Amino acid sequence: MSEELDLKMKKYLRGGAANLEVLQDKKLKGQLAHRENLYGKSAKAAAKFEKWLMPSEGGYLEAEGPVEKTWRFKQEDIGQAVDISSARNQYDVVLPELGPYTMDFSSSGQYMAVAGRKGHLAIVDMKNFEVRKEFQVRETVRDVVFLDHQLLFAAAQKKYTYIYSPEGIEIHCLKDHGTVLRLQYLKTHFILASVNKFGHLHYQDVSTGASKSYRTGLGRTDVMRVNTVNGVVALGHSGGTVTMWNPNSSAPLVKMLCHHGPVSALAFHPNGHLMATAGKEKRIKLWDLRKYEALQTLPGHANTLDFSQKGLLARGTCSFAEILSGAEHYSRYMNHSMVKGYQIKNLLFRPYEDVLGIGHSMGWSSILVPGSGEPNFDSWVANPFETRKQRREKEVHLLLDKLPPETIMLDPSKIGTVKPARNKEKPTKKEREAEMEAAIEDVKGSITLKNKTKGRNKPSKRAKKKQEIITKVKRPFLEQEMREPQLSRKKQKVCVEDELPKSLQRFTRKKAAT
Amino acid sequence: MKVKVISRSTDEFTRERSKDLQRVFRNYDPNLRPQEKAVEYVRALSAAKLDKIFARPFIGAMDGHIDAISCMAKNPNNLKGIFSGSMDGDIRLWDIASRRTVSQFLGHQGAVRGLTASTDGRVLVSCGTDCTVRLWNVPVATLKESYESSDNSVKPLEVYVWKNAFWAVDHQLDGGYFATAGAQVDIWNHNRSQPVRSFEWGTDTVISVRFNPGEPNLLATSASDRSITLYDLRMSSPTRKLIMQTKTNSICWNPMEPMNFTAANEDSNCYSYDARKLDEARMVHKDHVSAVMDIDYSPTGREFVTGSYDRTVRIFQFNGGHSREIYHTQRMQRVFCVKFSCDASYIISGSDDTNLRLWKAKASEQMGVLLPRERKKHDYHEAVKNRYKHLPEVKRILRHRHLPLPIYKAAALRRTMTEAARMKEERRKAHSAPGSISTRPLRKRRIITEVE
Repeated sequence: MSEELDLKMKKYLRGGAANLEVLQDKKLKGQLAHRENLYGKSAKAAAKFEKWLMPSEGGYLEAEGPVEKTWRFKQEDIGQAVDISSARNQYDVVLPELGPYTMDFSSSGQYMAVAGRKGHLAIVDMKNFEVRKEFQVRETVRDVVFLDHQLLFAAAQKKYTYIYSPEGIEIHCLKDHGTVLRLQYLKTHFILASVNKFGHLHYQDVSTGASKSYRTGLGRTDVMRVNTVNGVVALGHSGGTVTMWNPNSSAPLVKMLCHHGPVSALAFHPNGHLMATAGKEKRIKLWDLRKYEALQTLPGHANTLDFSQKGLLARGTCSFAEILSGAEHYSRYMNHSMVKGYQIKNLLFRPYEDVLGIGHSMGWSSILVPGSGEPNFDSWVANPFETRKQRREKEVHLLLDKLPPETIMLDPSKIGTVKPARNKEKPTKKEREAEMEAAIEDVKGSITLKNKTKGRNKPSKRAKKKQEIITKVKRPFLEQEMREPQLSRKKQKVCVEDELPKSLQRFTRKKAAT
Repeated sequence: MKVKVISRSTDEFTRERSKDLQRVFRNYDPNLRPQEKAVEYVRALSAAKLDKIFARPFIGAMDGHIDAISCMAKNPNNLKGIFSGSMDGDIRLWDIASRRTVSQFLGHQGAVRGLTASTDGRVLVSCGTDCTVRLWNVPVATLKESYESSDNSVKPLEVYVWKNAFWAVDHQLDGGYFATAGAQVDIWNHNRSQPVRSFEWGTDTVISVRFNPGEPNLLATSASDRSITLYDLRMSSPTRKLIMQTKTNSICWNPMEPMNFTAANEDSNCYSYDARKLDEARMVHKDHVSAVMDIDYSPTGREFVTGSYDRTVRIFQFNGGHSREIYHTQRMQRVFCVKFSCDASYIISGSDDTNLRLWKAKASEQMGVLLPRERKKHDYHEAVKNRYKHLPEVKRILRHRHLPLPIYKAAALRRTMTEAARMKEERRKAHSAPGSISTRPLRKRRIITEVE
């Protein structure tokens, strides 16, 4: 019992305790020790109250016996074994004329924005499956994304990006973004990120309107994903590299070579340090973002990838969707083949539900994936049963807690920490030279030579005197230089001799015979 | 196969009737909340800004005196009242809530130098430069009577005339004696017209006296020979004397740690001492630019307020070297006395411009009854500010205070002077044999000697 409690407590402790032994200030040490004690107590209380606050365990799909395998179960079997209200979540919406469909869910899973390539835009209320508003924009729509603020959504259309209200009224036309291929939204920063056909990454603050654009220099790409934990945007390029960007720097934060061929899909695990990439050379790799190394390589194509809240990975190619699960080692969990001819455009897990939404060339579908959604939601974070008043309150609080773009960094836990005091490092050679130059300049300005008479004031003697003064100033710097490089020169000599092959060793400088 | 899918019924998660409260579900999992530290930082920044927006410490001034206010006394049995005495002999009892005079105690011929209330709060003791000690009956307000605006004059209960002018008076917190300071320290009983005992050490006038709140027989005095003396009533002679480089204007004992006291010194610093170990100050509180005239502790014992000759009132933490807050107004001239109210929420300052001013102890505090949600919010703001107060942006906002120009310049001048003295000392040390020059620590520097 207590081991379970310890495990749960670990989650709430958010990392290890601070090392208080190095502190010399007794008062501070006492205060921090008291605080650590309080953290322990609150983590323990949270772990204890879990059983009342979070009663539901979540969905599961288990195979009975050694012969049955979970990936052999079809959606029909699952639908029959499950209650009626959940079986309603399995459906196919067939709209063959309006092109491949993309979808996006709002953060609580209550609304879904759907965009067909031929210009069909719709908002669907997921509680009662009714279409709240649908309209035709008569242009190609490449991507749609929900801006959580006031239920607005952005659609990347033929030439520009437009922001629409839930009633279908066009609110903004964002011309600076250009012809956008993919859109992503950073919820806590209120930033809309887009990548256009020239490969330019554009960040736009939706609440203030400020924007920044960066040229990636790596060509046209439509693989873009945002890491919700730290807010960095990752782009997958046709050279097989994945670059990560933040709005503060014009160079990518990280550039990783992931695949031998172009990167076709990208997804981030909700914990922030697992990334799945798919390359066109039929490989899917799972990367650890703390050490930047590949944890696992799986064979297979993927046009689209998505992680669920509980860590299940869904991949979709042509008309086949596969779901992988496993804590450290991902393996097959479920399969779903659609009718041949349905090309899957994008896969998205619905938040707080065991549902996977599939957008394909003939409309959109939804299938049940037991164990993918988070069963216990927090009303202050995302409430699937939100009323209008609650939504408006939440928006005000979100705006008050809006994070500035400077907080987007690879390791967000560094915010609030103090830079460790560095011991004064030895000045580099350049710095030393610069100091010497500065000292010489100072002296040169203030040299005043005695005005000697009776023929003793010759120009050559004056010049010599000046040089003497300058060398006097230079002397301490040169002495310092002389003392240090002796060691490094000696080291170099030894290394060079070792490296040469035997046949060439006769040409090295021999040591003096002692 | 065993299968289960998340299915939530709307009934369980929404309210039944429109009269019910909305249902709230909690999951404290940190994985649901990305970027917690950044959100906390943003909240700390806005809490600091809100703090500054709502910082309105000045409540009001109580005017009525026609000469500078020399002393104040508070009555521990009555939160709403405060006594003040002025340089023309006028003593008034004020009602803090309405900021009006309740009653006037007329009688003193010269300046009133000391005021104190007795243990039960019924008797007010005052002393002045006219060599008299007067005892007054304090009018007690009943629930039916309200304080009328017309001043009621009260006749003195007793008038005791003695040999020398008095400088200060203080009453035992839990006993029948009170002590006056003048040429020597006299201990009086309410009923006797002559002091019961007299203490004397040296020939200089004693300018302030304070009884210890925890130990009723112990008292501390300061004299104009730059000394602080401790007396014990049970012994026949004074116990200990500490001589400093400059005169101490006022002393106050810490009500929560009665062995510690803080002395308000003429050299614009306050020194906290442990009465058991007087050879070293426990803390030096430096922030005023001119002589500190009066000091009073909050009943929590965690902070104290000082009033100084440089027209400002500052609040210090009991263990902090610098002030947490400074209050100033254009109209407030030299502050001669300050008092912390008995509920630790207000500060009353009496100054040269004949006004008593009422201030809030915490400048941005919301007064009145707070709803539990409001209180939680304030606590959260305090906690989040404390966590991030070391970061430069937050620190800049929290630290910012507008100072009057003369004080800003005087403080800058002091800084350059101390910096110059410190550099000179450092260079002397660097150019002399190691160990030949030793600096006395700051806590001992201003002490000359301790005498038994």
